Amino acid sequence: MADVLKQVPVREQDPEVRAKNFEEVCLGYNQEEAMDEATRCLECKNAKCIAGCPVAINIPDFIREVKKGNIEEAYKVISRSSALPSVCGRVCPQESQCEERCIRGIKGEPVSIGKLERFVGDYALEHDIKPEGAKEKKNHKVAVIGSGPAGITCAGDLAKMGYDVTVFEALHELGGVLVYGIPEFRLPKHKVVAKEIGKVKELGVKFETNVVIGKSVTIDQLIEEEGFEAIFIGSGAGLPMFMGIPGENANGVFSANEYLTRSNLMKAFDSSYDTPLAAGKKVAVVGGGNVAMDAARTALRLGAEVHIVYRRSEEELPARVEEVHHAKEEGIIFNLLTNPKEILVDENGSVKGMRVVKMELGEPDASGRRRPIEIPDSEYEIEVDTVIMSLGTSPNPLIASTTKGLDINRRKCIIAEEENGQTSKAAVFAGGDAVTGAATVILAMGAGKAGAKGIDEYLSNK
Amino acid sequence: MYKIVKAEKLADIIYLMDVHAPRVASHCEPGQFVIVKMDDKGERVPLTICDYDREAGTITIVFQAMGASTTRMAELKEGDSFRDFVGPLGCPSEFVHEDIEELKKKKMLFVAGGVGAAPVYPQVKWLHEHGIEADVIVGSKTKDLLILEKELESVSGNLYITTDDGSYGRSGMVTTVIEDLVKNEGKHYDVCVAIGPMIMMKFVCLLTKKLELPTIVSMNPIMVDGTGMCGACRLQVGDEVKFACVDGPEFDGHLVDFDQAMTRSRMYKTEEGRKALKLQEGDTHHGGCGVCGGDN
Repeated sequence: MADVLKQVPVREQDPEVRAKNFEEVCLGYNQEEAMDEATRCLECKNAKCIAGCPVAINIPDFIREVKKGNIEEAYKVISRSSALPSVCGRVCPQESQCEERCIRGIKGEPVSIGKLERFVGDYALEHDIKPEGAKEKKNHKVAVIGSGPAGITCAGDLAKMGYDVTVFEALHELGGVLVYGIPEFRLPKHKVVAKEIGKVKELGVKFETNVVIGKSVTIDQLIEEEGFEAIFIGSGAGLPMFMGIPGENANGVFSANEYLTRSNLMKAFDSSYDTPLAAGKKVAVVGGGNVAMDAARTALRLGAEVHIVYRRSEEELPARVEEVHHAKEEGIIFNLLTNPKEILVDENGSVKGMRVVKMELGEPDASGRRRPIEIPDSEYEIEVDTVIMSLGTSPNPLIASTTKGLDINRRKCIIAEEENGQTSKAAVFAGGDAVTGAATVILAMGAGKAGAKGIDEYLSNK
Repeated sequence: MYKIVKAEKLADIIYLMDVHAPRVASHCEPGQFVIVKMDDKGERVPLTICDYDREAGTITIVFQAMGASTTRMAELKEGDSFRDFVGPLGCPSEFVHEDIEELKKKKMLFVAGGVGAAPVYPQVKWLHEHGIEADVIVGSKTKDLLILEKELESVSGNLYITTDDGSYGRSGMVTTVIEDLVKNEGKHYDVCVAIGPMIMMKFVCLLTKKLELPTIVSMNPIMVDGTGMCGACRLQVGDEVKFACVDGPEFDGHLVDFDQAMTRSRMYKTEEGRKALKLQEGDTHHGGCGVCGGDN
């Protein structure tokens, strides 16, 4: 038995090899490794990890089953709380949630809860283990807007309660940010996302793609003309932000959304697909979040030298530590405490460089992070042919602007109660990025669960 | 799947299809567009709506086989299907929301260039159905490339056809016709709507600015999702950056920065050309185009 203070190491693709392919970086545990890691769990009576999980998975319970080798049982424990264990095991920020609270973590490394969840989820996908469906049907129609993490979770929970659920998706593929935003090398689309959504389909949930709510049909029409008795809006935060600096409309400047959508959803990295992507040879990604890391690592795999340009220091990078670590291993260059002032454009209208300024950190601002301040006379130029703006996203106003009586706040987010998703409009519930602004997959899932609970209460008392 | 109920070749590389898409057909208005994706590997191609039949649940699209996906789309027949067909996207033409009586007082001029005749048709038809006769200028390179003449004839007030080479109708550019009508033939217009290639819209706007004729254009930049998510379609309109997919596609033509828009629309010209060529030449394509360096 290895050192109990240390996690069983997880196998990964070699950085030099993976920097040139789109295969998954982390290879995950096999059963032996998973059972070994599971023995490190202390099975705390008052398990703090559960409170750290936005969907409150009974973590010690499922790990106990892994310990015994009962992986199917472990899956049943998780699936009572989460419809997407293979997704969450890969993309949740466990280090600031369940694993941060793990008692093992006080002295040594916490139990690798995320990797164990991933193992259990993948086992269930490989062995086609189905989640438990509803015992009896309820004769109520519910519409879910958006097939991302919030919508899928809400739909799955409602189907398990017996509701007749239809999910409407604007794009041609199901999964929302899981298919257009997060790259293949972090989250495989066919092997994981499509299969996990397949399990939700097996619960009886119906899906309709290519429906843009607010354009193809409105929320009011779904209620008045199509007989839906309750609606859950999980339409995400899709609108990209730009900096508003000169040169931003030049050829070669992308939003991270565009760059990632072309590569992930439209598969531009595979030349057998029609959609092109001018990937760039020397790329600057502006921003420091998970999306910035995804865009940078995608550009790297498409053959570019990639720089992350971020105005604060490494400590303030909003991306997960694991993502920053992987990016560095693969050869992404970090230009920290640096902020763009202007994009330089050649005579053909294409990007030829970027004028940047050096920054230093001052007093903490409203977010609690130290405010970056320009250092006078420190401007200089860097040579790049592509700039990817990864500055965050805001909710699409389309649904709110076409739905009578649905209130939004000044950040264009839909106003909804945290505990049940209730909006200002009767029978309409909302959750995920559409309510909070850009956040994480698991928080959206938590909001989807709350919305399902709210809808159940509403329809039960109707 | 979205079934093609009619497929017709209108002219060289210009195709018309009626597609069964009831959700789109029941909600669309003139000025809006759809995005089609023919199969798993196809691009999301934005196309303006040429006509719609709410009862039959069909949408008429017109496209030019230019890129990799549209070239493959041209081979689709009646009875085949599109994998994806989404819409209506974008905002309807402004006049749809105007007071009909006010609208009747205005004299409107539509200017269509090439396949721009397709998006112009539903607008003129809508006005015709509401008792308003608008004048229409259609410009085409040559007689053989002229499309929708009969359809436009039946809904327009005066229809003026011009060809660049003089093979049919008047001779010369659409701008010449506008100038003739306004300056020499005593016509007065309150609004102009110009839809066609960006270069045509640019020159129409330069002229109508001089003539002090307010002009609306319909922009067709590069798009990916068409719902405001990617920002590929951003345009400089006056001192604002607008997304054609959600803020447009119609804008005040006198405020649009056409030079920037044309530069942006060339972004993938070589990439697209390369893919189209590869498709045409199949396995025999080994870089003879001199652009792509073969399959590297």
